[in-house]
Amino acid sequence: MSGWREHRLGLEGPLAAPGGSELVVRRETASQTAGPYVHIGLAPDAAGFDIFENNFGNVLVTDQTKGERIRIEGRVFDGIGTVLKDVLIEIWQANAEGKYAHPADRQPGKAVDPHFRGWGRACTDFESGVYTFDTVKPGPVEGRNGRTMAPHVNAWIVARGINLGLNTRIYFSDEAEANAKDAVLNLIEWEQRRKTLVAERLERKLDSGAAVYRFDIRLQGEGETVFFDV
Amino acid sequence: MRAPQADAEFLMRDTTSHPAAYTPQYKTSVLRSPRLAPISLQQSLSEVTAPVFDAAELGPLDNDLILNYAKDGMPIGERIIVHGYVHDQLGRPLKNALVEVWQCNASGRYRHKKDTYIGTLDPNFGGCGRMLTDENGYYAYRTIKPGPYPWRNRVNDWRPAHIHYALSGDGWVQRLVTQMYFEGDPLIRSCPILGVAPSEEQIRGLIALQDTGAFVQLDSRAYRFDVVLRGQRATLFENHVQQAAEGERR
Repeated sequence: MSGWREHRLGLEGPLAAPGGSELVVRRETASQTAGPYVHIGLAPDAAGFDIFENNFGNVLVTDQTKGERIRIEGRVFDGIGTVLKDVLIEIWQANAEGKYAHPADRQPGKAVDPHFRGWGRACTDFESGVYTFDTVKPGPVEGRNGRTMAPHVNAWIVARGINLGLNTRIYFSDEAEANAKDAVLNLIEWEQRRKTLVAERLERKLDSGAAVYRFDIRLQGEGETVFFDV
Repeated sequence: MRAPQADAEFLMRDTTSHPAAYTPQYKTSVLRSPRLAPISLQQSLSEVTAPVFDAAELGPLDNDLILNYAKDGMPIGERIIVHGYVHDQLGRPLKNALVEVWQCNASGRYRHKKDTYIGTLDPNFGGCGRMLTDENGYYAYRTIKPGPYPWRNRVNDWRPAHIHYALSGDGWVQRLVTQMYFEGDPLIRSCPILGVAPSEEQIRGLIALQDTGAFVQLDSRAYRFDVVLRGQRATLFENHVQQAAEGERR
């Protein structure tokens, strides 16, 4: 009887359910822009001062982390191609086995890596606009209806001028076969837009041997990155 | 297994609770707002999981902005406590949620290398703090009330006093950044950034109320600010609805 009441939010008068007020679904607090000084709160070292003993940063790995070391790097562009230098990006990903370090991940036969949380944040450089993450390549994760998702990293982008944080996914160019079967990529009916979610594996490697992927984000206009309502 | 478990999914985001991406009165949004519709995803493990934080990662003064950057004295300005609860849309407390806050000082100046406002830096004030909510979703921190400041939008636009928030819940889709304002601030009604919020109700939700009951006598005033993050579906609720639906079909 009551399953649809959550959709009643905002309806009044004759459209409201009769007597249906037991289940109250509140509105989410409104989002506001992170503003130009987001670094103060989320990356004070980038803002130019030292305050916390432990900073959350863009290096997700330690020497003990299992998996292939990779760097993801790129730039963020506005609607007329300007490189943005005040953006904060966070990523969240599974470990090399394809397991998220979170209790809701009950995939059998996969272990959490105690040396990998899978979360990081990076600022675009104030001069070059480049952001980087040093992490491991995630393994595939079970998706809905038993369909395996291609390896991917979830990204969240906030900045001055962005009123609600933008969600997207970073897939990998050397996973063409898995990408072709990925249910989320296939949901994008405009095939030419799917490539906006694929990070390109570069010829260049880091001195450490880590592979480098380039993932540029276009907020608006030609080649606009696919963003998700999740 | 069929991931995610039904109990882990979050309610669909009600986008009418949030500002539109393109809001010309806030000029910077014009070139930074996607023009194409976002693609709607049913949630997978990628959306219902999120980083888990440990109190050991935070320092003892991380939620005390009066002391966490004090060098040779106390910061200047009105001493306040800000406190409140983080709940989800169904009223459940968000436990162990990371709450990060940042703000300018009492002069309206940010400790940031890109801020060039004439308002002066306070050598004893950093302007950032962070904490985890307790088992009831409660958080509290102590700070100096931020000042208003002018900004380049129109030539005489001023930001009302505000504190920035970033919140992390149990699932990646609950991540939220917002700003908290102060009851009674006359700049609230003309702020182009607060003005992008979609309704009076949603604007009211961003304004902290003075909480006299929580004042520290002869020391600090207090403000109360509650936050609502995306709701998570409950197993009990889910079962109840399914059983009811089956009952109807019979």
